Formats: sequence, C-alpha cells, structure tokens
Amino acid sequence: MDQLLDQFFNLSIMQQVFPLLVKGLWMTLKVCAIVIPVGAFAGLVVALCATSQSRLARILTVPYVDLFRAVPPLVLLIFIHSGLPFAGISLSPFQSVTLAFLLNNSAFYGEIYRAGLESIGAGQREAARSTGLTALQTNIYVVIPQAVRNVLPDLLSNTIEVVKLTSLASVVALPELLYSADMARSITFNASPLVLAAAFYLVLLWPVVRLLSRLERRVAA
Amino acid sequence: MLLIHADARRGLPAARPLLLAQVDTALTPDTPILDVRGLTKRFGSTEVLKGIDLKVRPQELVFVIGPSGSGKSTFLRCCNRLEEPTDGSIRVAGVELLAHKVDINAMRRRIGMVFQSFNLYPHMTARGNVMLALRKVLKMPKEQARAEADAALDRVGLADRAGHHPSALSGGQQQRVAIARALALKPELMLFDEPTSALDPELVGSVLGGMRDLKADGMTMLVVSHEMRFAQEAADRVVFMDGGVIVEEGPPSAIFGAPKHERTRAFLSRVLN
Ligand SMILES: Nc1ncnc2c1ncn2[C@@H]1O[C@H](COP(=O)(O)OP(=O)(O)OP(=O)(O)O)[C@@H](O)[C@H]1O
Ligand SMILES: [Mg+2]
Repeated sequence: MDQLLDQFFNLSIMQQVFPLLVKGLWMTLKVCAIVIPVGAFAGLVVALCATSQSRLARILTVPYVDLFRAVPPLVLLIFIHSGLPFAGISLSPFQSVTLAFLLNNSAFYGEIYRAGLESIGAGQREAARSTGLTALQTNIYVVIPQAVRNVLPDLLSNTIEVVKLTSLASVVALPELLYSADMARSITFNASPLVLAAAFYLVLLWPVVRLLSRLERRVAA
Repeated sequence: MLLIHADARRGLPAARPLLLAQVDTALTPDTPILDVRGLTKRFGSTEVLKGIDLKVRPQELVFVIGPSGSGKSTFLRCCNRLEEPTDGSIRVAGVELLAHKVDINAMRRRIGMVFQSFNLYPHMTARGNVMLALRKVLKMPKEQARAEADAALDRVGLADRAGHHPSALSGGQQQRVAIARALALKPELMLFDEPTSALDPELVGSVLGGMRDLKADGMTMLVVSHEMRFAQEAADRVVFMDGGVIVEEGPPSAIFGAPKHERTRAFLSRVLN
C-alpha cells in the first residue's frame, strides 16, 4: 500500500515537479488560446460557405470538411511536423501543432455551426432582408446568434475535445502539460507527475463539463 | 433633381421633402406607388406567374384573393424581390426594382412586409425587433432608434410590451410587433401575406384593427388574405388571382356582389360558405 502511494501520490515529487507542470499547463493553454477561438471562427466561415447561396463555395467546402474530419489529428500533426520538411517546409513544434489542430478543428466546428445555421428557418432571413438588412447583417444579427444558441452544447463539447487533443502535441516534443509530465516521470522514475497532470486536466475541464451537462439538460427540457 | 413630398402622399402635412436618389420617371401625386407590368415568374419549368399587371395608387388598399397555389404569395414576394422575377417590370414609387443598378436594400426599407408566420427574431425583445433595421439600415443613433421603436409599438397598441420577447407574446401581439417592425422604417408601401392566417380566431380582430388604423393614416397596402369581411369593409379594390393570372379586379362591391367570371364565382361560393 505504501509502495502504491509512493509510486502514484508521492507528494514531495509532486511538489518538486509542480513548477515544470505549471509551465506545461501554460503551453497547453497557449495552444488552446489560439486553436479554440481561431478554429471556432474559421469553422463559422466554413459553415457559412457550406450553407451559402454560391454553389462554388458549397462545392469547395465539402472536400475541406471531409478531409479534415476523416484524417486522424495525430496523423495530420505528424505529417505536418515530419512530412512537410520533405517539401522544404519546416515548422516549429508549436506551429505544427496549431496548424494541425486548426485544420482539424475548423472542420469539426464547421459541421456543428452548419447544423445550427440549417436549424434557422428561411422566414428569419426573409424578414430581415425585407427590412433592408444586407445578407451579412442578416447573418450577424439574426441568423448566427440563434444558430449558435441552438448548438451551444455541441460547440462546448467540441471545445472540451480540443483541450484534450492538445495532449497529442507531446509526440512532436512540444512541452505542453502531458509532455512535461512524462518528462518528469522519466526523470523521477515515478508516476506521480502523471497523476498530477491528470489532476490539472480535471481541474481545467471539470467546470466546463459541469456547464455542458447543465446546458444539455436545459436543451432537453 | 426631383423632390417628392412623401408625407403629402400619405395625406399628412408636408413637413420635410424626401430626396430620392433613384427616380426613373417623373413623380406626380398620382404616380402609382406600385406599378407591375407583365410580371412572370418560373420555378424551373413551371410558370407560377403568367403576366401580372397591377397598379396600386397612393393610399390605396388592394386586396388579393384566390385559391391556394394561384401564385398570390409569389406575386407579393416578387414586389420586394424576395423572389426574383423571371420577366416584367416592377416600379415602386417610380423606381424600377428590376433594374441592374437598383440598390435593393435601400428599396426594401421603403417596402414593408408582414408574413403569415410573423418571423419575429426570437432572441430579441419586441423593441429589439423593431430597432434592428433602424440601427443597421437607417444608421440611427441608439436613443433615437429606441424612441422610434417605442413610437411604432405604441401605434399598434403594444407600448407596454416593448421589453417582452416574442415567446411571451400572443400570436396577435407578435403579428402587431411585426407590423411595427415594418412600419418603423416609414415605408411607402406595405405588403401583407395572410397576416391573420396563423392566428386563433379571437386574435384576428386585433391585427385587422391595426391594419385598419394604418389605412386610416394613409398607408398604401397590398394585402393577400382570406378575410373576406375585412376586404368588403376596408379594401378599395379586390383582385382575384387564379392560375398565375389576374382573372378580374374591381371594387369589393363588384367582386363580391356581381363577379363577372365563372372562376371568381366558383371561388367565392367555396370560401363564403
Ligand atoms: N420556391 C418554389 N419552388 C418551386 N415552386 C414553388 C416555389 N414557391 C412556390 N411554388 C409553387 O408556385 C405555386 C404558387 O405558390 P404560392 O405560394 O405563390 O401560392 P399562393 O397563392 O400563395 O397559395 P396559398 O394560398 O396556399 O398560400 C404553387 O404551385 C407552388 O407550389
Ligand atoms: Mg401564400
């Protein structure tokens, strides 16, 4: 029992690696701070194209969304980081990670927004246009706010997935939370840093998961 | 440079002249507000409108009746180009709507439209619904837009409901908010597509009452509706449409009292019984 505690919950080791893990957490948050808002915005643009009047825009978005939804994010990340150099394009781990997750994410957010946009009846657009609002104004003030509200749980759920996804960045040696924890494990020969990292993820995501449950219950009601 | 007195056309004192940027023909007080000629509309290979000609003069209330599928909604929706006409000409206050250079958004704010299903924005209050186009189309400052919105809501008897969301309003109240939303832009023409068809019978009266007040204030209106009693009492002219054409038109007394065409008679005997 003591051995188990010592292997997984060694407080002195945790204390020792704490600053390192905080640095890792900081990196994780930095990736999220780019990938989540930019991905969410790009996803909205993708969805607007996918539902637009223009046939060309609709046709172009299909392969984009299909490709980046079908290719596993880990494959995409390794391709960008280790494959592109063969084409003379070398990106830093941070650049590779943000690019890979943005591509992946904008496709997923895009599909969610598309469902939301399609849930808004044509009458809303017609009413807005009949008062002289432009197509863009109609989207901004009438359609998008309602669409987002209708798919808020899905958006939030995808956002949680994005945060978890960032742990994949450890494979290209980006010193985010998981990478730092695993490095600490290999230095200390102890699993406690991994437990601590899991605790960090839990503390980070638990409030969001709670919020999501409440939202889902409200939508169901 | 042409100046017209918009208020004069509505029978109100001419307070400020309105400068019109896009006037194709000389405007006189008798220029029709709506002048439709040879309007056709095809959806794919089906021709839904087969050559409509109709003039609506200032302050006139023209009623459009006809069987389901006769093209009434399509006709109305062509009048602000929610539906793109296939051919013909539509002039609103002298401006050709189908001209390439026309600023359709600028024209649409001069053409109010009220829908069967209200189409209020559910995420905004009644006031918010009315304010949106005032702010974003007319670029009014917030305080002024708010005052204008409240005034428009007051005109339809809903001053005390300005802060309510549509979901907290009855159908009749929602439709009156929709009327206020169109009215606030001070349109020269208002289009109504079955404004009372989605309402419980006991709520129809309040909406018709609002339309009656508009008529009394000199608004020009084109109304598609099945409210035959309202047509008899309030319409200046009644237009009977069938199969994408206007079969006959005339004052309500003539259309309801002595219809000339067999199709009109058949339709009226069906709906009046
Ligand atoms: N977007 C569209 N695409 C194809 N056909 C259409 C479209 N809109 C209307 N139609 C057809 O045009 C015809 C006229 O429709 P419209 O809605 O104008 O009739 P209406 O007189 O308003 O009927 P109702 O009294 O039922 O409202 C119908 O046969 C309808 O099926
Ligand atoms: Mg109709």
